[in-house]
Amino acid sequence: MSDIAIRVENLSKRYRIGGKQPYHRFSEQLTRIGESVISWPARLLRGSAVAAQHEAAKSEEEFWALKDVSFDVKNGEVVGIIGPNGAGKSTLLKILSRITEPTAGRIGVRGRIGSLLEVGTGFHPELTGRENVYMNGTMLGMTKREIACRFEEIVDFSGVEKFLDTPIKRYSSGMQVRLGFAVAAHLEPEVLIVDEVLAVGDAEFQRNCLGKMRDVASEGRTVLFVSHNMTAVRLLCGRCVWLADGTVRGFSDTLSVVTSYLSESGGTSSASAEVCLKQWPIRRGNGEAQIVAARLLGPDHRPTTRLQRLRPFTLEFDLESTGTSEINLSAICTTADDGLKVLQLAHQDTQGCMPGVLAGKHTVRIAVEALPLQCGHYQWTLSVHTNALAPIDVVSEVLSFAVDDDLSVSTRPYRSTRENGLCSLIAHWTLSSQER
Amino acid sequence: MKTDTLTIADKAKQDVDSSFVLEPTPADATNLSERPMRYYSARTGWQLVDLAELWRHRELIWMLALRDIKVKYRQTVVGIVWAIIQPLMTMLVFGVLFHLIRGRPTTGDVPFAVTSLCGLVPWQLFAGTLTQSTSSLVVNQNLITKVYFPRVALPLSTLAVGMVDFALAFVILLLTIFIYGVVPTVAVVALPLMIVLVLLTSMAFGLWLSALNALYRDVQYAIPFFVQMGFFVSPVVYEMNAVIPSQWQWVYSLNPMVGVLEGFRWALLGMESPPIASMLLSTVGVGIMLFGGLLYFRLMERQFADRI
Repeated sequence: MSDIAIRVENLSKRYRIGGKQPYHRFSEQLTRIGESVISWPARLLRGSAVAAQHEAAKSEEEFWALKDVSFDVKNGEVVGIIGPNGAGKSTLLKILSRITEPTAGRIGVRGRIGSLLEVGTGFHPELTGRENVYMNGTMLGMTKREIACRFEEIVDFSGVEKFLDTPIKRYSSGMQVRLGFAVAAHLEPEVLIVDEVLAVGDAEFQRNCLGKMRDVASEGRTVLFVSHNMTAVRLLCGRCVWLADGTVRGFSDTLSVVTSYLSESGGTSSASAEVCLKQWPIRRGNGEAQIVAARLLGPDHRPTTRLQRLRPFTLEFDLESTGTSEINLSAICTTADDGLKVLQLAHQDTQGCMPGVLAGKHTVRIAVEALPLQCGHYQWTLSVHTNALAPIDVVSEVLSFAVDDDLSVSTRPYRSTRENGLCSLIAHWTLSSQER
Repeated sequence: MKTDTLTIADKAKQDVDSSFVLEPTPADATNLSERPMRYYSARTGWQLVDLAELWRHRELIWMLALRDIKVKYRQTVVGIVWAIIQPLMTMLVFGVLFHLIRGRPTTGDVPFAVTSLCGLVPWQLFAGTLTQSTSSLVVNQNLITKVYFPRVALPLSTLAVGMVDFALAFVILLLTIFIYGVVPTVAVVALPLMIVLVLLTSMAFGLWLSALNALYRDVQYAIPFFVQMGFFVSPVVYEMNAVIPSQWQWVYSLNPMVGVLEGFRWALLGMESPPIASMLLSTVGVGIMLFGGLLYFRLMERQFADRI
């Protein structure tokens, strides 16, 4: 029992929404009090019928951000919280960090809790870097002495020592974020709550953050970590809470929760075996040519969103071109969760395929004999470039697909997931005896 | 032989997996498990502001105050001199005005400059801190929605900014008294008490108004108007006995600032008898308002993060 660091018991949080009280003006409140005073005798006469009606009207404006959420986090455990936008992740963190109160249920916390819902809370643009380190540290619950002790480390970590006595309004936004994270990284509560901090900053900064988070976790502190970055969640967290519509959909080891979360979100939203791309939002290029549709075909040449490891597939896309410049075609496969580029297909790889200057409508067909990917979720980026590699039309995050094992190809007794490497190859294993 | 290969592959997989899961170090875990679990749920009913918790957050209150003080006069030309320009200019304007209309805003033979500054300096402390504390929650809403701390820290810390301005203006006030040759009496020992009373009064209003302002923004538009009205219905640039007919003085004294300002003036200039009645009325009124404010603030505090 006593190894529990955070206990969440039947937690619910209700928000009032709707047209009746979009903004709370004092005059409106006075009117309401007036109304209730006037209607008081009437309510006495008619009894509870009116009250019930009133309650019904009320419930229409209610929104339950969290509904009966319960889970326990052990000491020293790093637990991820995942879920789509609006699932209640931020509300949960706000209640845990005591910023807002639950409507029902309760939370139990053992030890000092530090929450990091934002980088640089309490930063004031007019104050210098040095002053803001103290301000931010105090806001996060450090004492002045603790900050003074770690000041050097904080400054080293942030890399802004040259500008320590400059007001941070003159800092670049990157520098502000680095300074903010540096303070947060030197926070030492027993329980740390982190919300999507990795979403800001450049790649190197994110790597730093991830490294620091791992350090914190390995020191045996309890961490609750909200993120949309599944790689980070998988790297850091032992277990995961999956929230959906304010309820816990799953709470188990990270791998299985992330896998079921991804397969569900992949299955409902963007996955489609055949897409019209005329209105596709995620695209760039000068538009001299346009990819108007794309298809993913299985071994039977039928459109599909599920492919098998080491089995054939075909990627097709339709191209409408004005024929003003020479074009180069390619397709890049990325992982669905974190956008890691896995492989590239380019038309130059096939001898004699030279699109050159194309005018009119064409269909591009890329046939692959064996899909060299481990099981998981992936998607495509299709691109048309000029010879100088300037983009003509690049559509991203299309044709989401899942890769499964095919027993006719391999009899591996375990799932060939990304944890064991991204790629899979057809290889010929032989075994020969050295005796005799 | 085939099974052998598989076990190696299996083991490799396990190795990879375990490196992703970070094990807790047992040393910390045992240390922590001895601590009691603290539970938090929805609070119900009326409670006073938790003063013990406020004390634990004293460093934070100080940091907030320090921030406000630093920020207030940064990138200004004359800086803190603003704190003395305002009462001096107001004194001059009203001095000229009373001279032109031949008004008599004072009772004794104390010069107008002294008696009006004696009202203006504490009034400025009251008006300034009241305005600041009323808007303190809204101005700092990014803090309220992102981190936990006792919310009273915000209106409370604004008192410090007012005190810095007050300290400077008070020096000018003392200089003026010295120049005009007024000698304070023993009543001056009551002066610190009067300053505390000014702060308590502005806090009593500030608690109510800041909480209201967090939920109903109308308040911040009303404040400048009410501060201006208060200036005229309080004995700031005049003395109560010189202007208000004696039979109406009890009504006039219902304004808590009357007792506070008269008391301040009495403590410094020591004229006549102390305004016991109005001071008592003020103290009781402020006490009730402060108590109510602490209750009301605590009640509303729960909704700040959701509704601000």
